[in-house]
Amino acid sequence: MSRFMKARIAAVGQISTTVRRLTLVPAESGQSFTPFSPGSHIVLGIPGEGRTCRNAYSLISAPDDSSQYCIAVRRQPLSRGGSEAIHSRIKVGDVLEMSAPANLFLPQWQARHHLMLAGGIGITPFLSYLPELERRGASWELHLRSQDLDAVRFPEAAAHVASGGITQYRLERPNLAALLSRQPAGTHVYICGPQGMIDAVHAAAAALHWSSARVHHEVFAAPAPGMPFTAVARNSGVEVAVEADESLLEALERSGVETTSLCRGGVCGQCRVELLDGEAEHRDAFLNDQERASQRCIMPCVSRARSASLVLDL
Amino acid sequence: MQFAPRDDQAFHGQFTFKNSAHAIKRFPFPFPEDEYRYSVNIEPHALPGKSGSITEHMLDIDEHYLSETAERARVLDSDPKRCLVMPHMQPAAWDFLEFVMTYYARDYPESFSFERQGDDCHWRNHLLGLEQSFRMGDDTTLPMAPLDYIGRQVQGDIALLDQRDGDLFMDAGMITCPADWSLAFDAGMSFSQWHGPVPLAHEMGIFERALKYLCAIQVGGPVHRLNWTMTIHPRMDSSPETFSEWGSDRATITPDNAGRDVHLRVELQTLVRMPRSHALFFGIRTYLINLDDLCTNPVWQSRLLKVLHTLPPELIEYKGLTRYLPSVLEWLERREAGVGASQAEKQSA
Repeated sequence: MSRFMKARIAAVGQISTTVRRLTLVPAESGQSFTPFSPGSHIVLGIPGEGRTCRNAYSLISAPDDSSQYCIAVRRQPLSRGGSEAIHSRIKVGDVLEMSAPANLFLPQWQARHHLMLAGGIGITPFLSYLPELERRGASWELHLRSQDLDAVRFPEAAAHVASGGITQYRLERPNLAALLSRQPAGTHVYICGPQGMIDAVHAAAAALHWSSARVHHEVFAAPAPGMPFTAVARNSGVEVAVEADESLLEALERSGVETTSLCRGGVCGQCRVELLDGEAEHRDAFLNDQERASQRCIMPCVSRARSASLVLDL
Repeated sequence: MQFAPRDDQAFHGQFTFKNSAHAIKRFPFPFPEDEYRYSVNIEPHALPGKSGSITEHMLDIDEHYLSETAERARVLDSDPKRCLVMPHMQPAAWDFLEFVMTYYARDYPESFSFERQGDDCHWRNHLLGLEQSFRMGDDTTLPMAPLDYIGRQVQGDIALLDQRDGDLFMDAGMITCPADWSLAFDAGMSFSQWHGPVPLAHEMGIFERALKYLCAIQVGGPVHRLNWTMTIHPRMDSSPETFSEWGSDRATITPDNAGRDVHLRVELQTLVRMPRSHALFFGIRTYLINLDDLCTNPVWQSRLLKVLHTLPPELIEYKGLTRYLPSVLEWLERREAGVGASQAEKQSA
């Protein structure tokens, strides 16, 4: 991941037995973060044993506050290390690597009404929607289904629970068909929660003949790491280990192999290289289906290996 | 950085626009190879770029700043519709104002200053002699709407694209020096709609790939590309609205006047994600150079000739070169022969 900066933990709070709230400030005094758009997330680098775990977290604080960012982290029962570390080891004063905010879950500003459906910790992206929806005078409602999470414990949400903007469900589930069918035309629905919930809302909307363009769910732009593999630049006689969180192009550059590149995003075609052996996992938008299937070329800026090694004509 | 006096150069009438030797040297020659090829030539706008180059800073300002802002004011006065902001783009307009003020003050501190305490801001533009206190986000504290206010102080055209449904929409902008397109016409169009007239690239899947890439641009990850066409006389405003003023110029080009009158027009297109609104700022910084000045660089001269010889007919038509390209080629060929002869003379001497 490029564009990492340093952030310091300024405060740690407990929202529930399983959810912690972290306040991040710029590591150097006098600096400020960039403001962000509602629904943005950051990627936090959490040092673990032998490697850094990089997780994406929605920003829950007000988008126009560039003095600090807040996130809420649920302790995952099957943690890869990140959430566990945040709950057990991370403390006030620690400095962590953090990406600039990215956004793949924007409010649709032309919507006449915004219907937000959250499952548990899925409430987080919507917490940054609320100040902007209010500021623009937009019409909205938020439904949270959670067995143990109480929205009122988020300072960002408390007032809206009291005023009725947020409806909470404990053991029961919202009746999606009833909820969707009473929406005015021009409503957009946003879902953040478990896959079952996302699927159920899409199905309920489809059954009511909603256009799929009015149904949105959260997607994270987590850096897409993959399996580590070995790249062999045959002509240069160089063999390089491509780490899980670096690109093939970065690894080649690191080892001094001459390559050409331009967009570094898999669209321009400049870095295309012949693949002599091994199986590519194509992640680019440049090659056509036939070229992909042939397994005779690869775009090293974004694509990776399915096999243990790739031999390149470099 | 040296600035020409405000009214020194005109992009209309007597066309007194002129490039200094310094401007010629830093001109963004757009052809990386001898053959013309269509490509997605987008790359990260990694800052700071090469010192003194047009990509050194986030936003480039050069010796034509005063002349270009004066031209912009002239065009806006005669046609206020060149600036347009749909209601849902108001936050993007403020985002853009903050972006320009921040980068101008940071990169050109001798010319601009921007101080703020919370939302209370103070802006000085020493070049245009402007000073303004205002409250960020409060339209009533500026003498005009935010995009109108800051756009008049920016060198280069501005489009603010709204992103929704995996597509980009031309929903705001200030376009006073377009190469034969119109904001009023394209307003509200999607990415593939406003690229509709471009030949060949659709079939090659270029727009599909580019759109995917552009939608993925995030805060802190700006990109840029160069685009080019040709214009008769140093005319910044070659919009469809004023076609009657410039269309017939194309018929005036001969192999004798092509060096003086035909200008290569290169756009540095910059795409930057605006942090609060998530709008995509599409900046079009236009650089003009006549062929006489361009061909003071012999490498550029011979490459331009080769590239123009390999242009597909569809592109010649689309770029509006059909009528005068033969004159340009003849002018270049004559000059190429002349330069070749003088080089031979030098070698034999």
